[in-house]
Amino acid sequence: MSEVTISRRSVLAGSALLLASTALPTIGWAQTPKKGGRLVVAADSEPRNLNPAIVASNGVFFISSKIVEPLAEASFDGKDGLDPRLATSWEGATDGLSVTFKLREGVKWHDGKPFTSADVAFSALQIWKPLQNLGRTVFKDLEAVDTPDELTAVLKFAKPTPFQLIRNALPALSSVVPKHVYETGKIEENPANNTPVGTGPFKFAEHKPGEYYRLEKNGDYWGKDQPYLDEIIYQVLPDRTSAASALEAEEIQLAAFSAVPLADLDRISKVPGLKVITKGYEALTYQLVVEINHRRKELADLKVRQAIAHAIDKDFVVKTVFLGYAASATGPVPKNDPQFYTADVPTYAFDVAKANALLDEAGYSKGDDGKRFSLKLLPAPYFNETKQFGDYLRQALATIGIDAQLVNNDSAAHIKAVYTDHAFDLAVGPPVFRGDPAISTTILVQSGIPDGVPFSNQGGYKNDELDAVIAKASETLDPAARTELYKEFQKKVVADLPLINVAEWNFISVVRDTVANVANNPRWAVSNWADTWLEA
Amino acid sequence: MTRALLLLRRRLVGSVFVLLIVVIGTFLLLEAAPGDAVDAYIVSTGGDAGMIELLRHRWGLDQSALTRLATYLWALLHLDLGQSVTFSRPIRDVILERLPNTLLLMGSATALSFGLGSALGIYAGARPGSFRDRLLSIGSLALYAVPGFWLGLVLIIVFAVDLRWFPIGGIESIASGRTGLDRAADIARHLVLPVSALGFIYLALYLRMMRAGMAEVWRQDFVLAARAKGLSRRRIVLAHVARNALLPLVTMLGLQSAQMLGGSVVIESVFSVPGLGRLAQEAVAARDTPLLLGIILVSAVLVIVINLLVDIAYAFLDPRVGASEAGA
Repeated sequence: MSEVTISRRSVLAGSALLLASTALPTIGWAQTPKKGGRLVVAADSEPRNLNPAIVASNGVFFISSKIVEPLAEASFDGKDGLDPRLATSWEGATDGLSVTFKLREGVKWHDGKPFTSADVAFSALQIWKPLQNLGRTVFKDLEAVDTPDELTAVLKFAKPTPFQLIRNALPALSSVVPKHVYETGKIEENPANNTPVGTGPFKFAEHKPGEYYRLEKNGDYWGKDQPYLDEIIYQVLPDRTSAASALEAEEIQLAAFSAVPLADLDRISKVPGLKVITKGYEALTYQLVVEINHRRKELADLKVRQAIAHAIDKDFVVKTVFLGYAASATGPVPKNDPQFYTADVPTYAFDVAKANALLDEAGYSKGDDGKRFSLKLLPAPYFNETKQFGDYLRQALATIGIDAQLVNNDSAAHIKAVYTDHAFDLAVGPPVFRGDPAISTTILVQSGIPDGVPFSNQGGYKNDELDAVIAKASETLDPAARTELYKEFQKKVVADLPLINVAEWNFISVVRDTVANVANNPRWAVSNWADTWLEA
Repeated sequence: MTRALLLLRRRLVGSVFVLLIVVIGTFLLLEAAPGDAVDAYIVSTGGDAGMIELLRHRWGLDQSALTRLATYLWALLHLDLGQSVTFSRPIRDVILERLPNTLLLMGSATALSFGLGSALGIYAGARPGSFRDRLLSIGSLALYAVPGFWLGLVLIIVFAVDLRWFPIGGIESIASGRTGLDRAADIARHLVLPVSALGFIYLALYLRMMRAGMAEVWRQDFVLAARAKGLSRRRIVLAHVARNALLPLVTMLGLQSAQMLGGSVVIESVFSVPGLGRLAQEAVAARDTPLLLGIILVSAVLVIVINLLVDIAYAFLDPRVGASEAGA
């Protein structure tokens, strides 16, 4: 977090947090956890498939990560940024053709059957590789999984695959589901996709559509004395204002994923008994990006793209759109990534005069009405902030004589317009950085992606040099060399601007101060909460 | 009774056509909306081209619109509402789960706005032009002008967050294990705020209609006659004036039911009530065409049934109406 821009607001929020913790000295101190209790959490949507091995997305993980566990979880201080879960150790072969996992002993599925390497082999070959949204890319060369004994699984790859990538992918992509539940019938239609069976600290108890999900304690969990909570309830609160009211009325104890709108945080941080927490999402960084359709002749000109970059006041965006709860971006890898980030990239200072000069140079001079040309701008509707930034960008472009016409769509229409129909000139998107550029970042700029693939380069951009770096990195086994290539990648992206990275943000949790062990790993909201407990 | 039956038969035949138009119209509207169920789905998951193709095939979206409409209508003919892609469950089950909540909310809100609205209308209309008449007219108009969601939010902040008299939302306490009367009381407690929010908005309509009707009736000769007879003012107001002014309100009741359904979409979201309105909103966002068609069909049937009941009630309340309808 040290590199995140510090604004007055985040300092204020931070000091409120400090005050809360001095008022209640138990928080964060080593204290014997208390057992029991029901944690009630706000949920804003009900995923239609709760199987995290098939759908590796935050909406699914938020609920199912308590039920189904991955091989390893992200960690602030663990080796390689990982904490063991179902695997106790992992090792990559020097030729990049295999990765060996030693599995945890004495783990049982919620239905009482033992967890073995056969479950890992089944999940990897039958689900991660063929069916999982992210795994289809990362595990594309996975060929076989050897199981020499019940507690060893060896992933075999047809082509050398960087161990660094597999390691970085473990928290999100390696959820293990039971073979005996899934081996008969079609995996996608298995009822367990909606009533998941796993090895996690909590068992799926019930889902009342439109009302709540209930998870209950797994008495046979492998973690010593864990979990502490008896029950977790996800209360479905579809309205944007509900979570804050429910927290204040003490009907829920936690609202994660910025369920409380940023504009309410200032007020809610002053409510006694509530804390605003900005930690616990470091491995799920969202990026605010201007997507560019390079098929538009004006936008195919680097000078025009540079002009647009110069016209955006990133600090203003962070302060006004994100109310300080974000950082300005330098490139396609967020500043808070511990492995790949480099600040050594070209910069585009906020400079309207320079932007205007660049556009003049490019040959797009202002007409009599002060306009150079007009563009269609499609802000993604998924977040308040992407929509607000759309409004800002329209004004920023007006200052350099570009007339941007806002097109507001709902989610389904936006996805279709941008990624299938390419009916946009500029779009505002929020891609996610998932701990390794190869998981969901390089795809944003790489060429040769079929039409219709969401959150990918659908702007018709093609840069052979950049493609070559991406291809080389995907087969470079040495972590240091691979990291260097991704630094090269960042430089090239920022220099040629296939898209413009404006800001990056992590979500905010608001929580009652009776909830202990919150935000203690970089994917906390989507981790298993085995060590979370309630005071009094 | 035969009069009512004749009316019923006539109406049912007409209703089938109405429903058919509703279904086809909704289907075409959703087809015209950009993006399909797969587009809506991949918003939260992402995925590559192969996965997307697989999903389109699995959800039958790779067929032409006409084929899908024909399949849907054919299934509908067998009273099968189909399968929801959002919930991976039969649509009948999904709707039946939510319908009681919406009926409860709408029914209570209608009873509130009709009951209280006409009572206050009588109170105001008993002395047209008096201070209390003006106060009630202005007050109810102010409520009518307030957007439903705003009234809901204010009620939540005052009565759920500050005073904590009522829960902020939901239909009942979560996994509380309550049964019988205890559970009914719990549901009633949860319904107080949403019913108030929905009911108070429509209260003004009934109030003003009742008041206006009464003001008119006061001028009639029979009121003069009643006065001349020396009846008490109270008796004149209730038995003569109000009773005659009530008939148009019953008509309004039928018309309002459709509006009330629309209003419940907003109120259900604000108060997290798992009802049909919210489901419809989710169905549109997810481009779950069969689910939305199912909801709209059920709502249309609901509105038709309510209007039918109103007509039948009317036929009993006012003999002139029924006779001409049944004879026609």
